[in-house]
Amino acid sequence: MSNPADLASIAAIDAVKTRTGGVGLLEGPRGARPRRAFSRSNIFIYGTLILVSVYYLLPLWVMVMTSLKGMPEIRTGNIFAPPMEITFEPWVKAWAEACTGINCDGLSRGFWNSVFILVPSVLISIAVASVNGYALANWKFKGSEVFFTILILGAFIPYQVMIYPIAILLGKIGLFGSLWGLVLVHTIFGMPILTLLFRNYFTSVPQELFKAARVDGAGFWGIFFRIMLPMSLPIFVVAVILQVTGIWNDFLFGVIYSNNERYPMTVQLNNIVNSVQGVKEYNVNMAATLLTGLVPLVIYFASGKLFVRGIAAGAVKG
Amino acid sequence: MAVTDQAQTAVPRPATGAPARRPLRVFRNLASKIAAIPMVLTALVIFVGCTLWTVVYSFTRSGMLPRLQFVGLDQYERLWSTPKWLVSIQNLAIYGICAMVLTLVLGFLLAALLDRKIRGEDVFRTIILYPFALSFIVTGLVWQWLLNPDYGIQNVVRSLGWESFEFNPLYNPDLVIFGLLIAGIWHGTGLSMCIMLAGLRGIDEDIWKASRVEGIPTWKTYLFVIIPMMRPVFVTCLVLIASGIIKLYDLVVAQTGGGPGGSSEVPAKYVMDSMFGAQNLGQGFAASSMMLLSVIIILIPWAYLEYGGKKRV
Amino acid sequence: MLAPNSSVSIRDLSLQFGAVQVLQNLNLDIGDGEFLVLLGSSGCGKSTLLNCIAGLLEPTDGQIHIKGRNVTWLEPSERGIGMVFQSYALYPQMTVRGNLSFGLKNARVPKADIDQRIARAAKILQIEPLLDRKPAQLSGGQRQRVAIGRALVRDVDVFLFDEPLSNLDAKLRADLRVEIKRLHHNLTNTMIYVTHDQVEAMTLADRIAIMKGGQIMQLGSPDEIYNRPQNKYVADFIGSPAMNFIEGHYEKGRFRANDLDIALDGYRLAAPQVADRPAILGIRPEHVATGAMINAAPIHGEVAVELVEPMGADTLVWATLAGKPFRIRMDGQARLAPGDRLPIGLDPAKASLFDAKTEERL
Repeated sequence: MSNPADLASIAAIDAVKTRTGGVGLLEGPRGARPRRAFSRSNIFIYGTLILVSVYYLLPLWVMVMTSLKGMPEIRTGNIFAPPMEITFEPWVKAWAEACTGINCDGLSRGFWNSVFILVPSVLISIAVASVNGYALANWKFKGSEVFFTILILGAFIPYQVMIYPIAILLGKIGLFGSLWGLVLVHTIFGMPILTLLFRNYFTSVPQELFKAARVDGAGFWGIFFRIMLPMSLPIFVVAVILQVTGIWNDFLFGVIYSNNERYPMTVQLNNIVNSVQGVKEYNVNMAATLLTGLVPLVIYFASGKLFVRGIAAGAVKG
Repeated sequence: MAVTDQAQTAVPRPATGAPARRPLRVFRNLASKIAAIPMVLTALVIFVGCTLWTVVYSFTRSGMLPRLQFVGLDQYERLWSTPKWLVSIQNLAIYGICAMVLTLVLGFLLAALLDRKIRGEDVFRTIILYPFALSFIVTGLVWQWLLNPDYGIQNVVRSLGWESFEFNPLYNPDLVIFGLLIAGIWHGTGLSMCIMLAGLRGIDEDIWKASRVEGIPTWKTYLFVIIPMMRPVFVTCLVLIASGIIKLYDLVVAQTGGGPGGSSEVPAKYVMDSMFGAQNLGQGFAASSMMLLSVIIILIPWAYLEYGGKKRV
Repeated sequence: MLAPNSSVSIRDLSLQFGAVQVLQNLNLDIGDGEFLVLLGSSGCGKSTLLNCIAGLLEPTDGQIHIKGRNVTWLEPSERGIGMVFQSYALYPQMTVRGNLSFGLKNARVPKADIDQRIARAAKILQIEPLLDRKPAQLSGGQRQRVAIGRALVRDVDVFLFDEPLSNLDAKLRADLRVEIKRLHHNLTNTMIYVTHDQVEAMTLADRIAIMKGGQIMQLGSPDEIYNRPQNKYVADFIGSPAMNFIEGHYEKGRFRANDLDIALDGYRLAAPQVADRPAILGIRPEHVATGAMINAAPIHGEVAVELVEPMGADTLVWATLAGKPFRIRMDGQARLAPGDRLPIGLDPAKASLFDAKTEERL
């Protein structure tokens, strides 16, 4: 208090006090209100969230633990307990040797099949949908909104309704059971959500930019490639995330439109785990399950908020 | 270029004449129309064409191969007298109602907790949403393992000393649908939480300030102010969840295979089994048409509420 | 049919969106080198009209001629126009140079020519040091200069401005306004400028077209628009604070309302003979004489001060005249308090008289 600056400020306050006749600033609460770190509501909020997190993490934990144990330990032990002796053998077996009813190549065959399906499907579906969305956002023509509405409503039609006629169509054009048939199916069924995503994005691009480019003499493709594409990288990343996880996780189309040789990883996994032949090897099954889930999980954890944006895109109405 | 020439040579027409329109309307905006061909084909051939095809063939005697021999409603009568279908419908109804209510309520509660400006929001959100990134096959297999009576949760609890503990839904025909439900909720709650969280974030901060100034407790603000404001978000969420539930298929295949004893069958699986297993296409078409009908029953009130209602206001 | 030296001519232009008539049978001739401002509140169709001239919107009916050429069916890039937008609309991923050259490259202008034109435009607009920057690295004022530059390099006959200054803060707006005026002075291109800001309109325009509901309410020089508004809408729209309106009757050269009775000596009637009828008298707040100026005004009176709004440069006084709120704009140094009596003077020559029913000028 012997600091002269303090004295000066007190004097100033006093001056105010005498002038206004009000209460001085010296008594009573001052500054930030003290807070308890563990208030009751905080304990409730964090407690609930931690409990919920345990429920959500438990399966992942069990998967990892089981896949690192040997079968004897699984038979005697507790599924939640960490392995006493870590073994990677189940992983090797799941990847290279596990048997479905038909072959014993492990998951590796399914993995590569999925990759070969994934790459062209993602590229083609996004290319087609981005152009669709751009046309719908900036170059509306008579009826374009009608087709778009049908497309969006189509996303709600159960796949089972369309599966058989599509198989016939694919047979007619000679693509049934081929890789490209499956790529075509993924392109078709990815179209509603992706088109919506791109249409909404391109609609949010200021219309004046589009007008300026038209005054500058750029046409449909000129504006798309020179103006729109360079500024829409984030939305393409969102689309890629959406499609990679969606196509990788697909089971239905893989089971119908491909054959034993080309089954994607999910189908291969199901055939391995739910195969009725031989002794159940739970550690191999969990290793296989983890392996199949790894691609979307890596994408999910690496992409963070973009994944959220992707799934939220489905919820935001156009 | 032809268009340009015509425009340049066009004589100024008298004030009262035909409207100034470019001839050859079809060619205007041509690039856009060409670019939209994939969309148009998908909309017309797949979504409209294939759907109509299936509905039409659901009235035929198709067996191993589709045949245009109409038999009226025979397939539907057979469908509704097949026990497997009735079980499927019952299962879907139980699963559907429980999943919808639980996903919505849990999704909202979690979103509300995350919206309380807490630390580590990103971590919690990441944990709750990650199952959604996994396929239903993976989800089904994990929970099949967790619910395994000999090694799973039941075994763990029993080994802790509670010998009579019973938690074996996957092998109990009465409970198997709840076994699926646990897995389904685990997979899908993150999505509804994220949509709700986005909805909560979209609410004007000033609403919260106003309620604080007026001294309204937090829970009351949620109940009487926030939730009514979020109605469109709830509806959207509901439609998304519902249309996902009707498609329920992979999870059942992976987790239970429809068992035990066909007690966890669902309509989508019924369709697949009739079409590709039992070589009974007619049944498959009829069952899938019923699925379509249920989607329409969900969608029409929604479309009416969301779009039809607004126009009259 | 076309005016001889008109740069842009609009004939019977109509535009409908569904049942909504956005533009109604518009006719407008803009002279070579003229600076025309389209002024109106939002939704009046001024931007729509500009977009039609640019070719960004297709009219339902009518024609547009630019430099004697019927451009009604031409693409925007073929019309010989350059356009500046409110949001600048710069291509974000291109440098300033890229932004300026994009249109020229599309038109396949030779490289050397492009460089030369960019150099010229950059010099005029003083953006030479910015040429290699991206738009995100520029300030609002710099961005708008680049946007103007993009129109400049196109070497066009007609410049179209769509509220180019509305996104800028007040001070920058005033600076750029002067610069646009200077630009027009030096380039002598035809310019069509859309704005809702009457100050911009008054300061920039050779002629102002005031629009409402897709129609032109009055077309005239800023002086005409301000001093002889053709109708009550224009009178009310132009001027800030807005004109005072007093409802009453016109009777044989006099205006009567409640306790007010004024001889309209010195007022120029629009027609030689005007029959007696209900009328509205409009007096601008700045045309009410106070203090020493009263002596110069033919009509004298006194009002009670009700409210005083000091605004620095001037002071707005609220009073009541003929039972209606009445605004008086006074010098900023005036010291008044509510309740004071304020002597005022009115000059009918500066007033406006409108028919009460048609709201047209009498």
